[in-house]
Amino acid sequence: MSTLTLTINQQEYQFDVLDTRTTLLDVCRQHLQITGPKKGCDHGQCGACTMLINGRRVNSCLTLAVMHDGDEITTIEGIGMPETLSELQQAFKDNDAFQCGYCTPGQICSATALIEEVKQQWPSHVTTDLQNPNGLLVQEIAERMSGNICRCSAYPNIIKAISQVLENQPTQQATTSTDHSAQSPTITGIWSPPPSETQLGSPSANNKNNTASSTSGGRS
Amino acid sequence: MKRFEYSRANTPEQAATSASATDASFIAGGTNLLDLMKLEIETPIKLVDITRLELEQVETTSDGGLRIGTLVTNSDLAAHPDVIANYPVLSRAILAGATGQLRNKATTGGNFLQRTRCYYFYQTDSPCNKREPGSGCPAINGENRTLAILGTSEACIAQHPSDMAVAMRLLGATVETIKSDGSTRKIAIEDFYCLPKDTPHIETVLETGELITHVVLPAPIKGMHTYDKVRDRASYAFALVSCAAIIDADDKGSLTTVRLAFGGIGTEPWRNEDVEALLTDTDGNNDVITQAADLLLKEAKGSGQNDFKIPLTRRLLKQVIQRALAGEGA
Repeated sequence: MSTLTLTINQQEYQFDVLDTRTTLLDVCRQHLQITGPKKGCDHGQCGACTMLINGRRVNSCLTLAVMHDGDEITTIEGIGMPETLSELQQAFKDNDAFQCGYCTPGQICSATALIEEVKQQWPSHVTTDLQNPNGLLVQEIAERMSGNICRCSAYPNIIKAISQVLENQPTQQATTSTDHSAQSPTITGIWSPPPSETQLGSPSANNKNNTASSTSGGRS
Repeated sequence: MKRFEYSRANTPEQAATSASATDASFIAGGTNLLDLMKLEIETPIKLVDITRLELEQVETTSDGGLRIGTLVTNSDLAAHPDVIANYPVLSRAILAGATGQLRNKATTGGNFLQRTRCYYFYQTDSPCNKREPGSGCPAINGENRTLAILGTSEACIAQHPSDMAVAMRLLGATVETIKSDGSTRKIAIEDFYCLPKDTPHIETVLETGELITHVVLPAPIKGMHTYDKVRDRASYAFALVSCAAIIDADDKGSLTTVRLAFGGIGTEPWRNEDVEALLTDTDGNNDVITQAADLLLKEAKGSGQNDFKIPLTRRLLKQVIQRALAGEGA
């Protein structure tokens, strides 16, 4: 194949010969010694390898490096280094949002993208009103982070760290998509799937004003 | 992973021609394909990268429907304003599947083609008629808790894993393709999947080198759109039973629209229009729901561990109808 150029953390890397089987994760870890992204399961199940491609979070173990020339790739190193922590990285430290730390680079890359998705009003599985998701709810954060597993089970503090940053964002409920396409009055997509606080087992201080109703147990 | 030759297609025609060899495969999101390639369950000798094709648009059709490019990601489709407004069942179904990371990569066409998660299909030292035709099916008398109860055969009881495809079946989507000879065709979703019969390795009617280019949704259907998914954990798990529904009732409480499609129970996304007809123009009382469930599950065959899916499907059907009639959630 011809020369492949990958742009990782705003730096260009050229490859004249690269086995087509090489995943984006392996290129970073094995070829470039960018070892922030971790290999947990290598099958897209754990999220430890999460990186941003053009701002969107993906499992880097499940994509081929050769498919990504011209894309803007960001690993945890590009989000912030010890002396230049991002707000979210600082929040993870402040909230003790990890124990062993192995999943943390993936958690932070994932949560960095999550904040952007919430700003863009993307709904999630637990969103009651698809047109007006409230990404601040603890069940919303939990659902949106379900692709990142933490073996130490630091979930409550991970959620706290993400909540802290989300709450500091400029107003995110300001605009809705209704100007683009009004919901037909004859089509109803609003119902109540979110799991209850009890089901989540994580009390939240940030949602006392929310109206998301919970369903009876057993349905998810 | 086995070695393969990689090429990138610039046009759909070129893609279809490049993949005309047996053992060639298209790759877009790759989240299922690469997983299977690592396990050497899929061993294409040639990968044709279609991610740079101009198939990322969602357009409105002349009859008020939507035409979705095959490369539209699951994330983009679920968050698309027209989908949220007019096909909320599709947003709900997509959002019920996988994770944020996977939905960012997974594409519309690829989601239709994802392979079963039957344990034996994934376990390469075990026989599997889908992976290795003629080798046998240990699932029928083995670990089959998650597997299908409808559309099964002596050769295979693997369930279809997609949530999105269940909503597409409900909505009556049409799949548009281009073949390696350059010709195009439109395949109604009800004709797209093949029941396993004695050839479970053949899962769709797509020919070698045939590329999905678009998926077309007919005009929106009014009513309450819901997607219920019963699974072993609250997020990131495949369905044990799921139900996509569009239900509408008049002010006398009579069901004017009933559309239902099920996931997790079928070897393909499952819709039975006779069940819908039986419920339509009734008040959805317990007796009629029982009759509807009887009809839906008439051919259902449990294999032991998955017997529970039969009563679970009955209960889910009842909940979906009664909740819609009560107007709950609206």
